[in-house]
Amino acid sequence: MSQSYNRGLIEDFGRWKEFTAGMWAWILHKFTGWVLIGYLFTHIAVLSTATTGATAYTDTIQGLESLLVVRVMEVGLLAVAVFHILNGVRLLFVDLGLGLEQQDKSFYASLVVTGVIVLASVPTFLEGAF
Amino acid sequence: MAERYSSFQSGSLSWFLQRITAAFLVVVLAFHFFLLHFVNHASEVTFAGTTARMEQWGYMLTMVLFLLTATFHGVNGVYAALLNQGLTGGKKTAVKGLLAIAGLALAGQGTYLALVMAGVM
Repeated sequence: MSQSYNRGLIEDFGRWKEFTAGMWAWILHKFTGWVLIGYLFTHIAVLSTATTGATAYTDTIQGLESLLVVRVMEVGLLAVAVFHILNGVRLLFVDLGLGLEQQDKSFYASLVVTGVIVLASVPTFLEGAF
Repeated sequence: MAERYSSFQSGSLSWFLQRITAAFLVVVLAFHFFLLHFVNHASEVTFAGTTARMEQWGYMLTMVLFLLTATFHGVNGVYAALLNQGLTGGKKTAVKGLLAIAGLALAGQGTYLALVMAGVM
């Protein structure tokens, strides 16, 4: 498993105004990671209604999908997943030493592309919710 | 030189496995979202439709591998983040054990669920 190492005061969240793009990317990657693993546990729990029967499964999913709040949260989940994917690809390149000097620009690009994909997906995610 | 931030120590086994699973998850997570929100709409998901997909062995195995890699990537990521916040000693051992149990339980339940959905169990 991983080892911790000291990077000094940069992790003091009280100094957030001094954070660089790379620091924000790291914080957002952590935050979206926590949301995704939390969702994975919830997702398997909800889908597990399939083990009690076909009707329970279909009714649970369609019942949840009929709620506007669930649809809106799914858009939030999409935003979290898309950012984590794009920033994850960025991290893979950074770890390979590719584009290290442009890592701040690639973080901004991850944010912009996430915004575009999420906005373009809103109609599909909210279809039939009203 | 630009600053590099990571919760992992570069070159460690957990760092390597986190990257290998990430490369797989990038593709499969995007596929999963696309298939169940754009090709099929989540609001129209039924047990019959799920079973029809899961009865295809290639799809079912991909989903099980998706579950296992996502569970490892998530739990390993949480552990690395907690270590990074300064977790040490007995608390570190307890958290490691708890995360391992939670991860194994999730993987076990998810695999059982996949077999039910595929009509095997």
